[in-house]
Amino acid sequence: MTDVIIQVEDFRKTYGKVVAVDGISFEVRRGEIFGLLGPNGAGKTSTLESLEGLRRPDGGRLRVSGVDPARQARQLRSLIGVQLQTSGLPDSFRVDEAMRFFCAYHGVATRDDLIDRVGLSDKRRAQYHELSGGQQRRLALALAVAHKPPVVFLDEPTAGLDVASRVMLHDLMRELQAAGSTILLATHDMAEASGMATRVAILLTGRIAATGTPLELTATGAGLTKISVCSENASLARPEATFPAVRQTHRREDYFVYFCTEVGPTVSALIAYLTAQGDPLVDLRVERPTLEDRFLEITTKGAAR
Amino acid sequence: MNAFANHFSFEFSVGIRNKTLMLMNYLFPLGCYVMFGALLGSINPGFLQTIVPAMSLFAVMGGALLGMPEMLVSAREAGIFRSYKINGVPALSILIIPVLTSMLHALLATVVIALTASALFDGRAPANWLGFLLVFLASAFAFAGVGTLIGVVSSNSRMTVLFSQLVFLPSMILGGLMLPFSMLPPAMAKVGLLLPTTYAMDAFGGLAMGQTDGMHPWLSLAILVAAGLLALGMSVFLFSWDSKNATRRGHPALAALAWLPYVVGMLLSLRG
Repeated sequence: MTDVIIQVEDFRKTYGKVVAVDGISFEVRRGEIFGLLGPNGAGKTSTLESLEGLRRPDGGRLRVSGVDPARQARQLRSLIGVQLQTSGLPDSFRVDEAMRFFCAYHGVATRDDLIDRVGLSDKRRAQYHELSGGQQRRLALALAVAHKPPVVFLDEPTAGLDVASRVMLHDLMRELQAAGSTILLATHDMAEASGMATRVAILLTGRIAATGTPLELTATGAGLTKISVCSENASLARPEATFPAVRQTHRREDYFVYFCTEVGPTVSALIAYLTAQGDPLVDLRVERPTLEDRFLEITTKGAAR
Repeated sequence: MNAFANHFSFEFSVGIRNKTLMLMNYLFPLGCYVMFGALLGSINPGFLQTIVPAMSLFAVMGGALLGMPEMLVSAREAGIFRSYKINGVPALSILIIPVLTSMLHALLATVVIALTASALFDGRAPANWLGFLLVFLASAFAFAGVGTLIGVVSSNSRMTVLFSQLVFLPSMILGGLMLPFSMLPPAMAKVGLLLPTTYAMDAFGGLAMGQTDGMHPWLSLAILVAAGLLALGMSVFLFSWDSKNATRRGHPALAALAWLPYVVGMLLSLRG
């Protein structure tokens, strides 16, 4: 299939006796943003770094546009752009100098336009250590895509960023996708994965626990609907406050959160209970399960599809 | 500007922009030059006969042993080499460019020393400037090779300091910089034959300062060049991109092989 850009087949990576990745397989198609999700130590970075040619797989087959990352490093370099988790630039690199440096090694003309695009026009002469965290991330992404690579690897690109920087990076990712780039995105941020990714894979202890579009994943969960209720006197905290079709419940600040199989009977019972208690309703929200809910369900139960 | 020239220009400017490197490349050696010239010159007038080669070697060691290895280790630990690898920066450039920039910084400091020693301290100027340049380049290359090797094999910053001082301090004391080699006790003189400064001072004496009582200046020069090449070769062989993924082609202890030319030099001197 020529449409498949990244192929991971039965990939395995170990560190001594520790198995970091245990025979995972997935494919990323041209133009997709593929989200790699998982808790710390799930094997996301090992997978990414092996695809980037930084680590050697201990088993399985990896291909990026038909290139073997472990054996064809030279061919791989022009194909991929990488934003590492830690940006890895010398402190004294100036912004324009860094752009010139990497463009020269990729054999392309200096992309000053990208410095403007990521909002660093007034920081051209600033040294790397003088930039804020958000500016450093934006610069790292600009450097990663300066040679217009068809495949981009992003390892937690928006971790710790403010809203404006996140929006700017997300816009840039969408632009790259629209221009035909394929993006493999490792992230902890479920909202980011849900909003940006075409498909996602959830990694758990080195194995793929679930894969599909964000919508497919949320639909294939336990199918529970989330009802969040806030009342004036918090009478829902009383032990007798039990309701039909509720499978899980917990309290989040002033809200009582119920996960139920049937919305109608639960909501009716909730309202009837609050009326009977003389406890005025402040807020009631009925939500479909989010990717985060599904992620928590998988990671806490260790459920594998 | 091509990638190599661009990289060189960046590394050279870092040697001035970075406070630690600025200190080790210029402030420390030039400060010590002024101090030693004023103090040692009055205590031991013989020092002024060799102040230019001795202090130029001091400048070489400041940058190559006290500045460069730490920068290599911290760059590796900060993931800078990983980033370079992904973007196609060759390992050879990562190692050779700091060697060249370190030599250039040392040359600039040496120019200051060579041009002012006579006026400031009545120090003796080289009799043969071409010979001086030749020996300087060979010595700077030998030390830059050692500095690179220390940066490559040190597992962390503490080890870098330890290895650097292991070469720097004996070189200062036993290598003919502060005291003439002939004044050392015999046992110490034998140890001195394992140090690059001993061969550098011998080559400076014979090929630049017009001295005739040395060992074999051309042989000393050849030993310096051979040691520099061997150290750089071992650095390339043992280079690791990543402190987290420390796969090397050989054990770091192999770095000791870079001392082979000095061992040969010692054996030849003892036989002669």
